[in-house]
This record gives sequence, C-alpha cells and structure tokens, in this order.
Amino acid sequence: MAGRNGDLPRIGVYVCHCGTNIGGKVNVPEVVAFARTLPNVVVAREYKYMCSDPGQLLIKEDIQKLNINRVIVASCSPHLHEHTFRKATLEGGQNPYLFHMANIREHVSWVTDDPEKATEKAKAIIEAAVYRIQFHEPLESKQVPVNPDVLIVGGGIAGITAALTLANAGKKVYLVERESSIGGHMAKFDKTFPTLDCASCILTPKMTAVKDHPNIQLITYAEVLEVDGYVGNFTVKVKKKPRYVIEDRCIGCYVCVENCVYKTPKYPSEFDEGIGLRKPIYIPFPQAVPLVAVIDPETCIEFKSGRCPKKCQQACREVVGRDAIDFTQKEEILEIQVGAIVLATGFQTFDASRIPEYGYGRYPNVYTSLEIERLVNSSGPTGGEIVLRDGRKPRSVGIIHCVGSRDRNFNPWCSRVCCMYSLKLAHLVRERTGAEVYNFYIDMRTPGKGYEEFYEKLLHEGVHFIRGKVAEVTDWTINPEEAGRLVIRVEDSLIGVVRRIPVDMVILSVGLEPRADAEELRRLFNISCSAEGWFLERHPKLAPVSTYTDGVFIAGACQGPKDIPDTVAQAGAAAGEVLSLVDRGFIELEPNIAVIDARKCSGCHVCIALCPYSAISFNETENVAQINEALCKGCGVCVGACPSRAIHQQLFKDEQIMAEIEGLLMVE
Amino acid sequence: MEYFYYPGCSLKGTGASYEKSLLEVFALLGIPMKELPDWNCCGATSYMSIDEEVALAMAARNLAIAEENGRDVIAPCSACYMVLRKTQKYMKEYAHIRQSILNALKKAGLTYHGDRVRIRHPLDVLVNDVGIAEIRKRVQRSLNGVRVFPYYGCLIVRPKNGFDHATYPTSMDRLLEALGCEVIDHPLKTKCCGGSLTGTLEEVGMRLVYILLKEAKKRGSHAIATVCPLCQFNLDAYQEKVEKIYSESLGIPVMYFTQLLGYALGAEDSHLGLEQHIVPVQEVFEMVR
Amino acid sequence: MIPIQRTIKYESDLDHAFREKIMSVQGCENIWSCIQCGQCSAACPLSIYMDYTPRKIIAMTREGFREEVLSSRTIWLCASCYACAAYCPQNVNITEIMYALKRYAIEEKKYPKNFPIPELAKAFFTYVKTHGRNAEFWVVFNVWRRVAVFKLLKMLPLGWKLLTRRRLPLRRDRIQNTRQLKTILSNLNGEA
Repeated sequence: MAGRNGDLPRIGVYVCHCGTNIGGKVNVPEVVAFARTLPNVVVAREYKYMCSDPGQLLIKEDIQKLNINRVIVASCSPHLHEHTFRKATLEGGQNPYLFHMANIREHVSWVTDDPEKATEKAKAIIEAAVYRIQFHEPLESKQVPVNPDVLIVGGGIAGITAALTLANAGKKVYLVERESSIGGHMAKFDKTFPTLDCASCILTPKMTAVKDHPNIQLITYAEVLEVDGYVGNFTVKVKKKPRYVIEDRCIGCYVCVENCVYKTPKYPSEFDEGIGLRKPIYIPFPQAVPLVAVIDPETCIEFKSGRCPKKCQQACREVVGRDAIDFTQKEEILEIQVGAIVLATGFQTFDASRIPEYGYGRYPNVYTSLEIERLVNSSGPTGGEIVLRDGRKPRSVGIIHCVGSRDRNFNPWCSRVCCMYSLKLAHLVRERTGAEVYNFYIDMRTPGKGYEEFYEKLLHEGVHFIRGKVAEVTDWTINPEEAGRLVIRVEDSLIGVVRRIPVDMVILSVGLEPRADAEELRRLFNISCSAEGWFLERHPKLAPVSTYTDGVFIAGACQGPKDIPDTVAQAGAAAGEVLSLVDRGFIELEPNIAVIDARKCSGCHVCIALCPYSAISFNETENVAQINEALCKGCGVCVGACPSRAIHQQLFKDEQIMAEIEGLLMVE
Repeated sequence: MEYFYYPGCSLKGTGASYEKSLLEVFALLGIPMKELPDWNCCGATSYMSIDEEVALAMAARNLAIAEENGRDVIAPCSACYMVLRKTQKYMKEYAHIRQSILNALKKAGLTYHGDRVRIRHPLDVLVNDVGIAEIRKRVQRSLNGVRVFPYYGCLIVRPKNGFDHATYPTSMDRLLEALGCEVIDHPLKTKCCGGSLTGTLEEVGMRLVYILLKEAKKRGSHAIATVCPLCQFNLDAYQEKVEKIYSESLGIPVMYFTQLLGYALGAEDSHLGLEQHIVPVQEVFEMVR
Repeated sequence: MIPIQRTIKYESDLDHAFREKIMSVQGCENIWSCIQCGQCSAACPLSIYMDYTPRKIIAMTREGFREEVLSSRTIWLCASCYACAAYCPQNVNITEIMYALKRYAIEEKKYPKNFPIPELAKAFFTYVKTHGRNAEFWVVFNVWRRVAVFKLLKMLPLGWKLLTRRRLPLRRDRIQNTRQLKTILSNLNGEA
C-alpha cells in the first residue's frame, strides 16, 4: 500500500500503558504484537508513559534510525498530548502532521469493563489509525500576528485584578463594566473573611488605580454587543448606555443629587440591595469609580413626563459650573480591536423568594445575606447599625446556610463561600448587637487558609451551631416566648430532636449561581458552559482559566463559586495566560482547515451561509467561494454541505476517514 | 371538554356536601361531567402500606374505564387525586409494574395506554382552564368581607411538580379573592390535618386538628376553605372534641371551596349541602346577605 | 438503681442486604442520595411523636438496622402526607420508603401489636378488595371491635351527628362488576 505522496509509508506504532490506566485493562503486549502484523508497520513498541522524555525519545530515535515516516501513538485523548507527540515527530525530523493519535484510554480502558473486549477494541482503534495514516500528507501551519491589547469584561475584583496586572505589564486594557461603577459584589461587603479586614479598605485603592492607570481605558455602564474575529485579532462592539451625565465633566460633587426635585430618596437602591433608598439621580456609593452621577430614566420625572423643572441640571450649571447633565444623551457603540479577552462576569445570588417556606418577601425581618452585608456596612443605609425593619435591635438572629445550594430542587452544588460568610456575619452580628446567634448548617465547610481557625473563634464566641437544614421560617407561634417573632423549625440532627427556635431576624445565606445571562454571553464569546451554567474551563486542573476558544480566558466566579482569595488568584492566572499569548507576538494556526478546489466550486453560496465563523466569502471576479485561513476553525460544516464536493478539510479528507473506517472494521 | 367525575368513597359518605356543591358549580359553569361508570375505591394511603401492586392495580381499573370512554378524570378527593396520579406515573416509569398490571387488566377485558387520560383536581380545572378572570365575571353574589383561611392539606400538591407549589400553593387564594373574599395568608396551608390518625391515634390527631383551628381563629378567620373531604371531616367533625380537650371555644365553619364558589355563582343553599356540616356554616353567608 | 444498657452495635448484628432490598423497591431508589440534613424530620408533622425521626430511619435503613426499623413506631405514624419528599433537597422519596418499610413490617409481622394504625390499614384492605368500595362505617367498626371495644361507645355521639346529616351511609356499598376486579387482582405477578 503506497501513500498518497509517493513515498512508501514506514509506520511506527507506540502503545502507552499510562501506568495502569491503560495497562491495567488492555493487554498491551498482545496489542503490540498485533500491531506488528499490520501493513507497513515497521516497528511497534510499548512503554509505561509515552509522554515522558524517554517515551518521546523512542519516537525520535526510530525516525532517525529506522527511517520511520509515519508515527502512531496509542494512548490518551489527543486533547492532552497530541501536541507533545507532534513535537516529538518534528524533533525526530518528520513533518508533525505525519503523526496520528489513537485514543485507547478515554475510548477504551476507562469505559470498557471486560479486559478481553478492551484489548480487541484497542486493536481495532490502532488498525484504524494504521489504515488512516497511510493517507497523511505533510502540512504546514501558518503564523498570524497577535494584537497585544486586551479586553476584560466585568469590573469586579477579578476584572480589576486582571486589568491592573496586564496594565502594569505595559498592555493596553479595555475594562468593560455593566454597572455605573466598578467594584462588583466585593464593594458591597463590609468585612472579608477570615481576617475581617475591611472590604473597601483593600478594594478602593485598586479601583482608584484602575481609573488612574494610563494603560486602562475604563468603559462603565456598558455591555459587549458583538465579538468577531479570532485569537490574536478580535473585533468587539461595545454598547455604552446613556447615563445622562457627561463623564468628563462630572466631578462627583453630589450637588445634582442634593438639588433633585425629590427632597428625600424614594426608590430602592440597587447597590444597597433595596435596604436603602436613592433618588432618580444618584451616585451608587461614595467610593464609586468613576465617581459620576447617573440618572435612572425609569424613575426620573423628566423622562416620565417631560415636565420636571430639572433642578439638578440647573444646579450643576449654575452652582458647580460644569453643565454635566445631558438629558439628550444617546447610547454609543464603540468598536475595540484586541488580541485576547478575559471574561470576569461574576455570579448572581440565589433568589430566596423561590423558597416560600423561608418567608423571604413575606416576613419583613427575613433578609438575604447580601442585604445584611449592606446593613452591617458602615457606609450602608443604617451606617452599620444592625436593626430590624422597625428600628428595633434583634435579640436573637438565625442564620440559615445553604439557601438554594446543595438542593436538587434549586442548585445542587455547594456554593463554597456561604459557610465562611455566615460565620463572618455571625461574628459581626454578635459583636455589634450581643444577640444570640444560631447557625443552621448541613455540613460546615471551612477548607481555606485560616478558615478553620475562624470557625474555632466563632465557637468560642458562643454562637450556636445547629446541624440541620431548616424546614420553615414561620410566624405560626404556639407559646408566649414565640409570640410576635419568627420561628425556625429544624431537626437538630446531632441530637435527633425537632426544635422550634424563636428569633427576631433571619438571615438567608443565599448561594451563588451563574448570572441569568451567562448563556447569552457564552454564545457571544463562543465558549462553553458546564451543565450548571458556569463558564467551562479547558481543563479543570491543568487549564483552569483557558476556554475551548483560543484567546478567551475566564477568571473568578463566572467559572464557578469562589471566594475572594481564589478569585484574585485566578485573575492573576488569566492575566499570565494572556501575557504568554500576546507577548509571543504571533499564533500558529492549526492546518486542519477547509480548502476549496476553485475548479469544482459552482459558486452556489451554500457554504457561505452555513459557516459559523464567517470564514468564507465570495470572490466576485472568480465567481467562487474562498476561505479565510485565519478564521476557519476546521469544523467541517462546509465540507459536508458543498453540493459539488469542492471542499475538503485537511486531516479529515474523505480518503483518510474512509481508510480509518475500513481499518476499524477489519478486527472481528 | 367533557369530564368523568371520580367521587371516591368519601364524596358518597362523609364528604356528601362536597359532591353536591361540586356538581352544582360545574353545572353553573356549563362544564359537562358525569360519574365514572362502576368506579372502585382508589385504595387511598392505607392500601400502599399493605400491597402496592394491588393498590396500583385497583387504581388502574379506574384509569382503564376512563380511557375506554376517552375522558379526563376529575378527582376531588386529594387522596384519590394523588393515588391516581401516582398510578399513572408508576405505570409509565416502571416496566415490571406496567407489564403485570396491563396483563391483569387484559385478562379482565380492559386496556390502558398511558397518557390518554389526564387526572385533574377540580381546583386545577377551575383556576387554570376556566380561569380566574372568567370566574370573576360570573360572580353574582360577592363574598366581600368574608375572611377565609385557605387550607389545602397535603396531597393535592404532592408529590411535587403538580399544578401548584408543593408547600405554599396559591391557586385557591386567587380563586377566593376573585369571589370577593379576604384571603388570609398563613404558613399552614399544607400542614397535615391528621389524616386517618384522628381515628387511630386520637391524641396526635386532635393536636394536629387543634393547630389548624387555633391558627385560623387567631388570624380572625370567618371560615376555613378546604379542597379535601378528609381535611373537612377532621376539622369539622372533631372541632367540638378539640374544644373540650383544649378548653377553648373555636366555632369555625369549615367549608369546601366549591361551596363558597357555588354561593358566589348564585346557587341555592339547598344545592350546596350547607346543612350537612356539624359546625354551622350559614352564618358566613348571613354576613354578606 | 439506674438500669444500664449496653448499646454497641457489631457488624454481625446488622443486615447489610437490607438497604439493597429497600432500594430495589420502586420509588425508593434515591435512598443513596440522602445527606442527613434532617429537613424531612423538621417538615414532618408527626416526627415529634416518632421513636426515630425520618432522617434516622433513612440512616438506619442504609446501615442495616433492620430490626429497629421494622419494629419502629415511626413508620406507622407516617401519615403519608409527602411533606418530607416535597422538602427533601436530594429528591429522596421518604414517604415511599416508609411505605416499603410498612409492607416489610407486615410481611414479617414486626409491627407493634394492638396498634390501631396497621389494623385499620389491614381492615380497609380486606374490605375494599372484596367490595371494590369502602364503607367508612363498617371498616372503622370492625377495627375498633377488635382493638378496643370501649372506643366504639365513645364514638357514638359523633356517629349519630353524621348519621342525621346524611354523612354516614350504613349500606355496604359495592361495585357491580366485582368479578372483573377479582380477575385483575388474581392475575397480578406478585399475587400468590
């Protein structure tokens, strides 16, 4: 059997034991002996770990000494080591695309119970590879330059950290934030666990640094609309919503807010989780970055009726002399060119009203943990005083863990941060009110540096820990001690007795979940989500901030529930990945792209409409379709769709696939 | 849509006024409904404790009869409603049960295909098919000012994923509001009424009845509205006994939601079985007459 | 003197096949998923009367405490309201597990004697199986006649009230086609 390109194929087959991963199930010596009998196989070997240096050396030596010109490694998924072995083939002196990988781990040993069947299946897969590789041709990969600028989506602690790291390394960074200020969830917190340092004390300097950094262009109150292009060369459209205040002119002096026709704040403040109120013109919080007012058109009289005396505008013009308020401001579309993207879009908290048994929304003194964060915050609506809705101080407080988490009716996962933030809130409530505090938990999970010590500290502070998932928070009371209070009904599962515990305040430790629009974002950036809806990393251990789309990285809680230390670590990792990409200056494109035979193309346009990457355009002068090699991802849609069979895909040519099938069917 | 009506044993006995008022309400709304021919007992909750296959087979006979005539079944008793739905689910999900029961049905000259017949609770039909807006339009006598304590009991919303929330349902609340009632929000909507324990473990059963009656009274209810014959029976028939045990006067009328609806739609009192209750209910209507 | 009891459990005291047996019953599959959070026990309206809370019953069943589980009062106090199953975060259908345990307890005659709950279930079962319908009066009458005759006297006033309000029919209702029902029940796989 002669290869396509004239030379006689001389095939080397290398079967990997992968420790016991493959060797424990597949009879490797038998497979190797079988491989030796296959056409054009010159050498077949086995090795404990083919990916190790000595393993790779086998390939290089055989190429040089035995004139091997086709290499097959039967081991794990190409996803893991295709690159390793292609490189070994190249270093041995052969074109790296004269290599093929046969997956006998994920496809065989891990999923087959019977060793005999596994061995037979491994043989079939290797035979398929041997048949296929006869038709492999040398291919060249192309290089394209990388734009060193970076887009970061989301201005929470993850986005801020990544932006500063990259900007400090000299990269131009565009930081896009949906809200009118950066800071994210962390800006709402009072203290951070386990060290209890003040959240704004550590966050605010970073927010200011973002604003002042010459390499960072901060785009707030904005959303990404469109993403085009590919790794190294993305074009991103960003919609900047009108805030009706000109950013460059506003100095954040609050004069407009003070002069608003509303004498007192009337509408629930989003930043204060509805616990505090704001006016239609407002600055979300005193440390906001940028410190610029924003007008909410839903509540502003001018937008509702057009008949407002516009005292804010007048004051800005006459008192401050800035004339920053512009009721005619329109949304703006910006176009940005970048080489890499970091998504740091964060999370949302579970909507506690989905569990009516806990009474959130029905009983005024049932709060979410995020509301309590605002309540205990010294810059919050009560100045940090912990009081009930009617102003009384609570004498006893129940903190219910796992609200919406570890529950298949809602979110099955553990949200990771709730145990610790519940401990933190327990500490703050006890410290500031002296109330009896009850924690209701299923399992205490404190697996971080210094976290267990914090739990220990709380035990010493006299906080109650009751192991049991609360069934209900109720105003059904049965004795004078309970009258007028909320009652928590729970099984104290360590004692085995059902208890009713009357409290004045209930804190629901709501879990973390993917943002409602995570799916939309995923499509926009062409990445994947896990079944739960979190952005999916390329590898859970070895590529935790990469995605399956080159050039798009993820950091922080958009990838899964995470506390601040882990989020910051991931943001740093994402920045590092970006640097290693853009500092190389170019990227190599896989040659497994589609190729159009211009002589066969009938110019029917079918492929153009189908291409998901807009990689195909129409050449009007030649009257044929043509493929942009940099944009083609090698998905094969056009190949299958072309009615003239004018398109083929490199590494997936018909003859290669047919030979592979033939080989697969040879083993009985 | 024409329906079969599956009374179950209770509506022919202790729940007689439920049957009367239900038939009256459906007639007034022009929804055709007739009794399922030669229906047999659903097996209730007790049957499952003895032999589940027999229990399911008994219930399946009713499903087969309904299917033969191609009509959906309205099951007003919560236990019947739950058991018939469970039977459908089990026949669909468990092959060994399906095969055994289908074979037995076949020997008895019956067939059953599965999803052709839907099991409905009248509250579901009224709220979701007829619709609150339509019912509001049909109200002839508003129950304005009547403070009603809606009590759903357990099985109408169990197992979960039924037509309303499994622990905090709101269908009846919305229906009663449409009639002009002042509906009392409370956390005991689906708390157990004691079920058959009132007859077997009196101390426990009476305590559960007391909890509900006491809370209804505390919240200033003029009446409790129920959707289940066993709930109604427990709260009505044992009320005097509970008053004695706990030395507390309660005197809360316990009505079927269909009686309140029937009254609002203009039905005559005699068509609603009002006189069959042990705690007198007429005074509720005196308030609005 | 305070009586002292030794409560240690040896592996040989336990029946580790028990959990497989229960798990193989339809509806009881998810018993593995239980994380022992106790929400079932807290939601249960009757757990406060039980010798073991529902959560404990699940743990004991999984660990093979067969004797304790089958002779417990808990399983008979379960009113089958499905509150536990509605609340359970792991979709364990505790009510169905209680049913399965009740059936085993009856099969193995482990249920507490002179306890009216299983007696009512049995009386109801027998009556309906032959008549096709329940007759509330006769079923209750038969149970208490066996368990405690004096209770019948105490029930008289309520019975009279119901009777006069046409809520307690004394006739023994039955379906027309009892033969059909009998054919069905005698052709089930599980039937002897």
